[in-house]
Amino acid sequence: MPAPRVGLFATCLTDTFYPSTARAVVRLLERLGCDVDFPMDQTCCGQMHYNTGYREEARSLAAKYAKVFDGYDAIVAPSGSCGGMVREIHPELHGTSDAFARTYELSEFIVDVLGVTDVGAYFPHRVTYHPTCHSLRMLGVGDKPLALLRAVRGLDLAELPAADTCCGFGGTFAVKNADTSTAMLGDKMRNVLNTGAEVLCAGDNSCLMHIGGGLSRLRTGVRTVHLAEILASTEEEPWAATP
Amino acid sequence: MGSNPVTWLGSPVFPKAAKAALADTQLRRNLRKATHTIRDKRTRVVSELPDWEELRRAGEAIKDDVLSNLDTYLERIEAAVTARGGVVHWARDAREANEIVLRLAREAGTDEVVKVKSMATAEIGLNEALEAGGIRAIETDLAELIVQLGHDRPSHILVPAIHRNRSEIKEIFQREMAEKPVSDEPRELAEAARRHLRRKFLSAKVAVSGANFGVADTGSIVVVESEGNGRMCLTLPEVLITVMGIEKLVPTWQDLEVFLQLLPRSSTAERMNPYTSVWTGVTPGDGPQQFHLVLLDNGRTDALADRVGRQALRCIRCSACLNVCPVYERTGGQAYGSVYPGPIGAILSPQLVNDMHDKQAASLPYASSLCGACYEVCPVRINIPEVLVHLRAEAVEAKGRTPESVGMAALGWLFADARRYENAQKVGSLARHLAPSGRISSLPWPGSKWTSTRDVPTPPAESFRTWWRRNRG
Amino acid sequence: MADARSVVLGRIRRALADRPAAAAIPRSYDVTRPLGDLVELAAERIADYRAEVHQVASADVPAKIASLLAARGARRMVGPVDLPSSWQVDGAEWLIDSPSLTIDQLDAADGVLTGCAVAIAETGTIVLDGGEAQGRRALTLVPDYHLCVARADQIVGIVPEALARLEPTRPLTFISGPSATSDIELDRVEGVHGPRTLHVIIAT
Repeated sequence: MPAPRVGLFATCLTDTFYPSTARAVVRLLERLGCDVDFPMDQTCCGQMHYNTGYREEARSLAAKYAKVFDGYDAIVAPSGSCGGMVREIHPELHGTSDAFARTYELSEFIVDVLGVTDVGAYFPHRVTYHPTCHSLRMLGVGDKPLALLRAVRGLDLAELPAADTCCGFGGTFAVKNADTSTAMLGDKMRNVLNTGAEVLCAGDNSCLMHIGGGLSRLRTGVRTVHLAEILASTEEEPWAATP
Repeated sequence: MGSNPVTWLGSPVFPKAAKAALADTQLRRNLRKATHTIRDKRTRVVSELPDWEELRRAGEAIKDDVLSNLDTYLERIEAAVTARGGVVHWARDAREANEIVLRLAREAGTDEVVKVKSMATAEIGLNEALEAGGIRAIETDLAELIVQLGHDRPSHILVPAIHRNRSEIKEIFQREMAEKPVSDEPRELAEAARRHLRRKFLSAKVAVSGANFGVADTGSIVVVESEGNGRMCLTLPEVLITVMGIEKLVPTWQDLEVFLQLLPRSSTAERMNPYTSVWTGVTPGDGPQQFHLVLLDNGRTDALADRVGRQALRCIRCSACLNVCPVYERTGGQAYGSVYPGPIGAILSPQLVNDMHDKQAASLPYASSLCGACYEVCPVRINIPEVLVHLRAEAVEAKGRTPESVGMAALGWLFADARRYENAQKVGSLARHLAPSGRISSLPWPGSKWTSTRDVPTPPAESFRTWWRRNRG
Repeated sequence: MADARSVVLGRIRRALADRPAAAAIPRSYDVTRPLGDLVELAAERIADYRAEVHQVASADVPAKIASLLAARGARRMVGPVDLPSSWQVDGAEWLIDSPSLTIDQLDAADGVLTGCAVAIAETGTIVLDGGEAQGRRALTLVPDYHLCVARADQIVGIVPEALARLEPTRPLTFISGPSATSDIELDRVEGVHGPRTLHVIIAT
């Protein structure tokens, strides 16, 4: 069986602010035997536009996505939110396309398509996992990310209380309803701190940017690490917080 | 502006109202406790039914059928109720419905009516209209009584006084009742309400109710309740006036087998609520001998005309979406400025008001992080996030050109072309030199709305695409 | 000026210009369910709502009625016109609803005794339809104590089975435990305006 040809959809946020996550995805998927490509014409899925009420801008970005990611066996995004936008909303904006239907969030792709839960990772830290709303309720990834984390050697997984409650990011919600968003963030941070974890992990850099922004402001000493970076980390090549 | 009393005149836009509510620490605690209590109970009682998802799908389809053939079913229920000795009235809007009820109460020769808890009558401001016409409306549901005696506003669909805790309720009762409660034990407070209303029930001539369901085929009306105040109102007075939103129908008696399972488990999180009453027109020798059914539009047909938004009319007012909503849990219901708070309110109120130039109504679809918890629990599968986003697009259109729309268009222009986008990335990464610590703690407006409580990561030395080009290109 | 009825119906027809095709209703939900011993389940679920349940053989119903009334000290009991004479036990005065009792008479009574139309095991619900041994609705509402006799053959498993047995145009009351409220801190307490005590005798 030839190596699956995977198009990496980095997402605009990860491409711009969290390149280490996208590099981790490349490393991880190549380690798992995929042929990874990054089509340079990709930009943004249009979720921010769509969710804020700017449907037309979102529509043209959906069309762009269909064109850019045409012809891959699978498209993988390190984001449940952008992955959900592509798979659930793009067809409604642009009509059906293989590019939309073949788009997976990272943990889905590894567990469902590659059929792997132990990716051979090593990450000797106490970690708690926040399941992001869109990965949970739009894509239905369920416990797949947790199954992947449980198989990571050295990782001490702490259960996050009220895990499935939103952190308050919600895209432009965080700015339009900053006070309510902050109240939600406060509760999420309290739950994170109560686990005693040194690392908060999630599958979406947008939510991590939000919770991490709060944890950093309060100098809590808890850092945020994307799931891909934990799974890419091995004893030979440990994860390093390079910006 | 504000011609439809579904939103309260003079309410601030949601973010502003939320700011005030968020600062009320007692409110925060009360809401947290109540929503978490009911949330966990709902999960338990729903997981008991092996066919819950099938019931949801049936509930959704039955309601869609009602909405697709609403004219037919309304004519059908009208004929059935009339044949059984009831009188059917039609009301285009709140004012007309209030006039009908006022006229009927006056014809019955009474100066006070007892009321069963009803969202429809709250929506049209019936109590105030009756008051203005010289008729006292007495709320008999415990939570409605708490709101009424506290000169307060409701904050929840099922439990209008959810924002009050037991000691606050005790204070209200001690201030307003002749026979005062002696403690803040819920049992004692319920007892106080019983004493306070008992005489009223036994002597009332006219009752006003809403309806949970109306069966088109048979003309049967269903009221679902817990305390027995409903039964009192529906059974003892001579005259019963029911105000029912036109979307409250189910086609057949058999269809109730779905909703009498979905509703109690979703609302009070019980296998079955204590009392459900069903009556059809007038039954000689049993219950009110005069029955009036008022069919209320009040903006529902506007919502019906919206192909995406009309699904909000499936709502059976269970309030499950409020109880799981992370926004509602923190702001409470009054911040929504409407009798319909929470996620369902955020999509229903603006559609009933039907004016996206109304700033308060237009702010409601944004009162959500789109987390989707509401859609997950909705017993009739209303895709609330979908409707929220749909209404946001309408709000954007109504606003026309704003700094935001200009910014969004600019961003759209950047994203349309990978090269433009990459150049912008490079400009952004210059910010590194302003915040060498790896975090940015303050940005100019509107970024300040973020940085007032959260740091921003500094852009990295190179974007991923630059790295890819260097290493793989 | 058009009347409200034709205006509203006209608005609906305009709103439905697209006449969304009604899909068939997917009725794949259960219309019955194997629940084991329905009498046991009904007893457990009715009791779950803080109602008292007693299972007795049919022949022993009168004796059970007598002992329950004696234990409460209930002396003035209301009954529908067709209350079985064997249930009208000694030790209590029976106020039969013929001619119709006044509301004050109902309010002054110690309790009411009725049969029922249907009982739903899964939800712990009894349903009254004004039929045999039940009387009009006010009888079971105003007195503070309701004693209800359900025959084992009146018990069904789940809600759809109950609705299939009921005639919708009769006045129906579904009763699940004594009156209750969750209006204070969303925590349930029993006993508000309806009867504060419900006893159910299941006759097997």
